[in-house]
Parts: sequence; C-alpha cells; structure tokens
Amino acid sequence: MVTTVRHLKIKSLKEKALPITPSQTVGPYFAYGLVPEQYLYDFKSLFSGSMVSMDRQSEIITIIGNVYDGQGELIPDAMIELWQNDGENALIGRYGTGTDPQNRFIFHTIKPKSVDGQAPFITAIVFMRGQLIHSYTRIYFEDEAGLNEQDKLLGSIPETRRNTLIARKVSGNNVYKFDIHMQGDDETVFFVF
Amino acid sequence: MSATDNQSDHSGHPPRLFPDYKSTVLRAPSKPLVQLKPSLAEQSGPIFDIAELGKLDHDLTRNSIRNGEPQGERIVVHGKVRSENGRPVPNTLVELWQANAAGRYVHKVDQHDAPLDPNFLGVGRCLTNAAGDYKFYTIKPGAYPWGNHYNAWRPNHLHFSLFGAGITSRLVTQMYFPGDPLLKYDPVFKSVPERARTLLICQFDLSATEPAFALAYQFDIVLSGNHSTPFEN
Repeated sequence: MVTTVRHLKIKSLKEKALPITPSQTVGPYFAYGLVPEQYLYDFKSLFSGSMVSMDRQSEIITIIGNVYDGQGELIPDAMIELWQNDGENALIGRYGTGTDPQNRFIFHTIKPKSVDGQAPFITAIVFMRGQLIHSYTRIYFEDEAGLNEQDKLLGSIPETRRNTLIARKVSGNNVYKFDIHMQGDDETVFFVF
Repeated sequence: MSATDNQSDHSGHPPRLFPDYKSTVLRAPSKPLVQLKPSLAEQSGPIFDIAELGKLDHDLTRNSIRNGEPQGERIVVHGKVRSENGRPVPNTLVELWQANAAGRYVHKVDQHDAPLDPNFLGVGRCLTNAAGDYKFYTIKPGAYPWGNHYNAWRPNHLHFSLFGAGITSRLVTQMYFPGDPLLKYDPVFKSVPERARTLLICQFDLSATEPAFALAYQFDIVLSGNHSTPFEN
C-alpha cells in the first residue's frame, strides 16, 4: 500500500485555529475493519504484519511480542502498528493480537538504518479496548549496542526503564522479541509528541 | 482514582485513565509519558494509492452484498478532514467500521443476541480528495449493550481511523449522532472533556441528503499537526 513517503517541512505556525477531534477507543471489534484478512474476514487488508515483499528475504527480520495488562495478563484484543522510515525504506505494518494461539503480534520487516547517528528504531503505536487514546513507543535493537549507548533519547531514560525499549534477539539471527507492558514494574516507556 | 495524565492535552482528548470506563484501569499507562520531539521518520506519513482500494470500499450498503440489500436506514456520512491550522488534508486514508442496524458487530466475540445481516459487513474506507473531503454510504448503526456497568448501552456510533500527514496526526475516534439519549450515560463519550464533546457529534445535513434514497450527516475531522501540506523530498 505504501509506495513512497512524504518528508515534511515543519512550519511552526503558532496559531491553532481549530480544536482537534478527540480520540476514542478502537474498541473490541476493530478486526474486520482494520485487519480483516488476518482475522479471515472477506475484505482486503491494506496493512498486515508482512511489511516487505518476500524477494527481500535475506534482509527480513521478525519482531514478535505480547501485550500485558496491569495484572500481567495477556491482552488478546490489542492492535499494533509499526512505522519505520530511514530515508530509504518507509514501511507500515499492522497486526492484531487475537489470531495467534499465544496472542502474539508478529511482524516481518527489515531493520531500519541509523539516521543522523541515532540508534535505529521502529515506532510502535498501541491500540486497544481500554485505551481512550493510543500509546506510542519505540523498538530499538539489542544488537545495536554501540549506537544505543550513544543515543541521546535512550540516554535520557533511566537505565531500568530503558530496557523496555530494546528488542531482544531470540533463536537465531533475525528474530527479535519485544513485549509491551501497559503497567507495572516493567511498564514500557510510552511517548507523547 | 481520578483522571491522571493529560500531558498531550492541547486538545480535547480524553485522559488515559478514566475509571468510569472500567477497561482503562488495567490498560492505561500509569507512569509519566516521555515527551518526544518527532524524528524525521515520525514526521512523515504514507502516500496512499487509490488503486489499492476497491470500487465499492466507500459504500457499505453495497460492498458486502450476498443476496440482497442490507437492512436499515441508508445514510450518507461525509465531511472535511483538516489539520489544526485549518488546511485541508488531501489524499489521506479514512477507515470506517460499525455495527449493523440491529446493533450487531460482525465479530466473533460480539455475542449480543441481535441478528447479523448477510448483506452488511460494516467496513469501509476511502481517500480524501484534493479538498480534504470524504464521503461514505452506509446504514445507520443500532445501539448495543456492553458489560461496563449494569444495563450499559453504547450510543449509535461509527468508528473512524485516520492517518493525516505523519505519525503524530494518527487518530482513531468515534462519531455519534445528534440527540442520542444514550450519550449522557456513555463513559466512553463522557471521557472527553465537556467542552470538546460536540466535536464527536455529526450534524444532520439536509443539503447532502439524496432524495428518495438516503439521509445525510456531516462529520468534519481535525487532525493534530500544523504541517498538512507536504512537500516531496
């Protein structure tokens, strides 16, 4: 679906003439609307967990994870979007946690490159029933330790919480695990713009 | 407990924690959010290709027909998408999903004992045109019961999902209908600060009705961000 990307020159217009339309929850019944093919509804999906075509197989990484609530229970009705853009590849993926037997989200993408010396990352947007407004977080990569170490944003977050932003390598070279905890001791760092 | 963080509230967004809507209690982030300046990646958004959309994607009264017309009251829902500086947001994806006329969602976990409609899936999408306008044909959704509290019913509503210019303009919301008596009992609607609630209620629009076919409602949407006129790099 995404063919190219617009880069935007930001204009710092001070006046804000119009009030923004308020957010409301995605609710429990988003599947047939936003990820229909994944949930086997008869409607074409514009986005899926497969963010790149298979002819790039040698570069493909897999990012899997679970979403947990404040009691440590698995959340089976969350939807995650991944957005990445390193200037070369601009990709968007979307996946609900309701079809995998272990309620995981599963994305196949390529690893973004470092931009301007920042550690490479993918932005994740978390939607679910019980969230009146979606949450933003970022996925960094365990095997980019050097760049992670120097990264300004990561450095500004206390080390105990920084780890919640770093996807861990599992089983082999190209599978990463990134769990999202909405609350609790391991609560994921969420961002606001 | 009370509503806590509202760091992002330069608008009428609801708080993250709103205990009257019970599911927020274990699902709203509890630690302070980290303020972030969007990176290049986060200031850019997808360019959508109209060819990806089906010809009837915008017409929920026809895009899932099996053996007849869907039941219920046909309506037009249209409006303009703008950014907060007032500029139209052209060529952006608007996704819509909803219950059918009987208040039943086509979703396996919706157990509400109301009939499914074989000719209505309840999903649509379109791109805004150069002036930022979108238009759907659909069926007016029914109210449906939910388990939040005793005898809880959601008001009639359509779910909307929008992209806008970049990741920070991403919006998922719900459109409600004027005069719905359930609005004053609905914690999802009432999570929005009172001054902003009218922004979620569409307006009856006689000028857009189609004689002998469909009534019409207008629902304008304003997305966050001041940079809705993009430049190719």
